[in-house]
Amino acid sequence: MHADSLTYIFLNAAIINNFVLALFLGICPFLGVSAKLKTAVSMGLAVMLVMLISSICAYAINSVLVSYDLEFLRLISYIAVIASAVQLVEMSMKKFSPALFRALGIFLPLITTNCAILGLALFQTTKEYDFVQSVSYSLGAGTGFILALVLMAGLREKLELAEVPSISQGAALSLMLAGILSLAFMGFAGLGA
Amino acid sequence: MAGRKKDDTITADTFLEGVWRENPVFVMLLGMCPVLAVTNSVMNAIAMGVATTFVLIGSSTLVSLLRHVIPKQVRIATYIVIIATFVTIVDYIIQAISLDLYNALGAFIQLIVVNCIILGRAEAYASKNRPLKAVVSGLGMGAGFTLALLCLGSVRELLGSGTLLGFSVFGSQFEPWVVMILPPGGFFVLGGWLLLFNWLKERKEKTEVKEALHAR
Repeated sequence: MHADSLTYIFLNAAIINNFVLALFLGICPFLGVSAKLKTAVSMGLAVMLVMLISSICAYAINSVLVSYDLEFLRLISYIAVIASAVQLVEMSMKKFSPALFRALGIFLPLITTNCAILGLALFQTTKEYDFVQSVSYSLGAGTGFILALVLMAGLREKLELAEVPSISQGAALSLMLAGILSLAFMGFAGLGA
Repeated sequence: MAGRKKDDTITADTFLEGVWRENPVFVMLLGMCPVLAVTNSVMNAIAMGVATTFVLIGSSTLVSLLRHVIPKQVRIATYIVIIATFVTIVDYIIQAISLDLYNALGAFIQLIVVNCIILGRAEAYASKNRPLKAVVSGLGMGAGFTLALLCLGSVRELLGSGTLLGFSVFGSQFEPWVVMILPPGGFFVLGGWLLLFNWLKERKEKTEVKEALHAR
């Protein structure tokens, strides 16, 4: 596979360099909303949507900033764009699909401080992806995020019924689980170019 | 305003609270992404801790100074812009000091913007307190964050490459546990530290119960 091909970019973001398990982006929602499978899926989809929108916006903004030599404003404008993208998604979702809006509830506004989104925007800038590649990258990253969240939620739902020592309950156990998941994903590492 | 005087006093507790009792990483589980990502060596951990502390202090000061000026409705957006400004400064400073360090930390310097500790402090503390107090508390939180990063960084570097701050500790026969400096190691070590703290806490509670029974 060529390193610039769209399939490679997608798989790279989704599996080989999984945003959560290999790059440590978006750990807070990963640990916070992975207790139930259903919320995990909704959260994952919302994040993917915001990723797609902010990736497109970041691409546009970056080309404007570069043409005016204003790269030092990149971070500030990215975070402003992400915050407004989240707001926009929230508003349009409220109008067109109130059921989904209610299902996501508090998770929507929290996406602003999800570092996976800002990370995606920054990485695509450093890697100098063009428009189509950026879209593919953001879709891959979103898929990877959903994958990690769903896997984790499935494991934690089973763990609810397991008997564990009292000191390992809660975050400690979740982190150990995440470590094992991450270990599994290390198996893909050799595929990277 | 009679009650204000009392709240304004700065005690050692203002500083120590962030370091230990309300440690942002071990107790509040905030800002996990950089904690896991950049702690594969002690040097990276220190650099990240110092950078975050700087942003924390800078943004706390500015938010605290402007706390009567910022309108309530747009406060979060204002905080984020303030934080992003300081992060951009740190980003350029680290680039100027050491390009190696900059490359090692990668995007995580810029990602300080979305570190929940900083926004949380701005919203919950700096916007309600005098600048000096906000700075002291910010310093405490930063120290607590750096401490946590060091806890992880030292274990991971020691086991993962057999060195500490680049100096060899175990000699040449040591076979490094490579997994420790790879992503899974971050999860395992942080999980291990949390286990240790839970164990200590439970033991303390047990002895307290025992003592209470003896006293009766």
